[in-house]
Amino acid sequence: MADIAQQNSGDECAVVLHCPPELKKIPLVNHDRSLNWITENVASICEEKTRKYWWIAFLIFCPIALLVPTLLSYQVANGVGVWGENQPFGWAWDITNFVFWIGIGHAGTLISAILFLTRQKWRTSINRAAEAMTLFAVMCAALYPGFHVGRFWKAWYLFPIPNHMAIWQNYRSPLLWDVFAVSTYFTVSVLFWYVGLIPDLATLRDRAKSKIKQWGYGLAALGWRGGNRHWQHYEMAYLILAGLSTPLVLSVHSIVSFDFATSVIPGWHTTIFPPYFVAGAIFGGFAMVLTLMLPARLFYPQLDDMITRNHVDKMAKIILLTGSIVGYAYLMELFVGLVYSGNFYEYNAFLNRATGWYYWHYIAMMTCNVVIPQFFWSKRIRHNYIWVFVICQFVNAGMWYERFVIIGTTLAQDFLPSSWGHYTPSWVEVFTFIGTFGMFTTLFLIFMRFLPMITIFEVKGVIPAADPHHKPDHSHGDKAAQPKEAAVH
Amino acid sequence: MSESYKRLHAIGAEFDSAYAIYHAAEKVRDSGYTNWDCHTPFPVHGMDKAMGMRKSWLSAFIFCCGLTGFITGLLLVTVTSYGLYPTIVNGKPNDWSHGMGALQFFFPVMYELTILFSAFGAVFGMIIRNGLPKFNHPLFNWSRFAKVTDDKFFIIIESSDPLFSETKTKAFLDSLGGKHITPVFDHE
Repeated sequence: MADIAQQNSGDECAVVLHCPPELKKIPLVNHDRSLNWITENVASICEEKTRKYWWIAFLIFCPIALLVPTLLSYQVANGVGVWGENQPFGWAWDITNFVFWIGIGHAGTLISAILFLTRQKWRTSINRAAEAMTLFAVMCAALYPGFHVGRFWKAWYLFPIPNHMAIWQNYRSPLLWDVFAVSTYFTVSVLFWYVGLIPDLATLRDRAKSKIKQWGYGLAALGWRGGNRHWQHYEMAYLILAGLSTPLVLSVHSIVSFDFATSVIPGWHTTIFPPYFVAGAIFGGFAMVLTLMLPARLFYPQLDDMITRNHVDKMAKIILLTGSIVGYAYLMELFVGLVYSGNFYEYNAFLNRATGWYYWHYIAMMTCNVVIPQFFWSKRIRHNYIWVFVICQFVNAGMWYERFVIIGTTLAQDFLPSSWGHYTPSWVEVFTFIGTFGMFTTLFLIFMRFLPMITIFEVKGVIPAADPHHKPDHSHGDKAAQPKEAAVH
Repeated sequence: MSESYKRLHAIGAEFDSAYAIYHAAEKVRDSGYTNWDCHTPFPVHGMDKAMGMRKSWLSAFIFCCGLTGFITGLLLVTVTSYGLYPTIVNGKPNDWSHGMGALQFFFPVMYELTILFSAFGAVFGMIIRNGLPKFNHPLFNWSRFAKVTDDKFFIIIESSDPLFSETKTKAFLDSLGGKHITPVFDHE
């Protein structure tokens, strides 16, 4: 304990010599950066001249994104038959993609809400980008059920709006619960994201040189002045939004899973679905967060001090944890289906899942989601960005396969062999799905360009200088390179 | 008429660290000022206590919003499904005579609306309570104040405070270690 006391007293050399590394607090922002350094390095990303590779990325992904409006127009003009769905495949790629995208969104809310409530301060440097990712993923997701209704212009029947036929929705249907859950989720995510942005928009406003930027950021910042009498209500609002988003995010994917679980189809009708879906959503979402953050870190090396090795390590650990929960759910599902239930149809559903027509989807799912993330037990792999990135791509793919396995294999072979059927996606479906990736990435690129990717004020709040009991030592400012830091890693 | 009328809005002092403003705030609180505020780039932990402020009542407002959302959800599902357009699904009861027994399936809708209304309450309650949006404020006339969103900390004592006196307040802020003590006027 004497060592720790020494650490507080500021005798840093002594700490390096005597304090065991596992007791040493890992800094959230490396190199003891100052408040001003954080402002400069985050805000400069939105202020500098657009970099060449941003344009290259934009010019690649924007045309891909245009596939979405083009192909959806084609679908609306020709009818939903241009997708490959037909009996018994009422749901196929569309709902697979819907669940895939909505699941990705969950990591953003987990980081912004659940990690906030559990006081995980490392979340501060990744929450903004993860929340933005949530919004864009939910946008991609919402396209699918919206257009799958066929007559898109009548999609407003989903909402309780009085109509000329005096018909009201069936509130006992999980599909209607979905409408409420997803629209609430999107709205609350936008609000949460915007509230978090207000102080940072004020930072950009105060730094803006051009009139247009001053006006733009100024209007969005609502005239924020950072008074503590404002912060007091702000913090309360933020805390409660986090408290509201936590049950919300758990409910959204639970309700998505009810779409399946409340049906009578063998393979869908299971009580394990809600927790299994939520764990899977967080698992897939964190993989997507890393997929976006690792390249962002590469393009903007100044982010290295804020999105540290420690952050990547923690996210990899969450992927390992949730991946293992998902793996447990797969095995439990098999056990219940094949051994425990004693139900002939359940038995067949799971046997067909693993060995039937779509067995290779099942193998891909098991490999990508259960086996490959186990590499994250190794610290060396967690600390190697290339490995982390590669494993995350397997997870992204694996989570898509999981949704297809749940939806596709179940519908292909249900009760009566006479009604079994194969499914092949049409080119429209394939390219719409590719288009959603373009749309997602384009929106993220635009976000990176115009809004601070890192929550400036929250990162300031977690550095030692933010502690009102930390007496500032003016002798040292930003340390470009600290041998002490290097020794720890 | 060339000289426009300037009304003194407040006197501001700049501080360099959270440590400095925290301890200065304690002294301002103890000296009895009421119309004053600490402007910081991020919420400083424990500042509410240092300023002698009570807990934000926003939570009570949000609770009322949540309750409104819940009742809205309850009315939406029951009025439509029990009254305007009764549906019988799988023979499940569709009227109040079964009391709570018929409500479980409606719960998700009520739940989501509770959260939706509470979230609106939290965001708009915070914005309205803070008097935002306010695009024109005397503090924006003070050029140094732009650093409040970067790395500087400010204590602003408003002229509407009963204890306010231009000379005494200035001297007081100076004694707290404030820098760049500046009178802030309503019009530039």
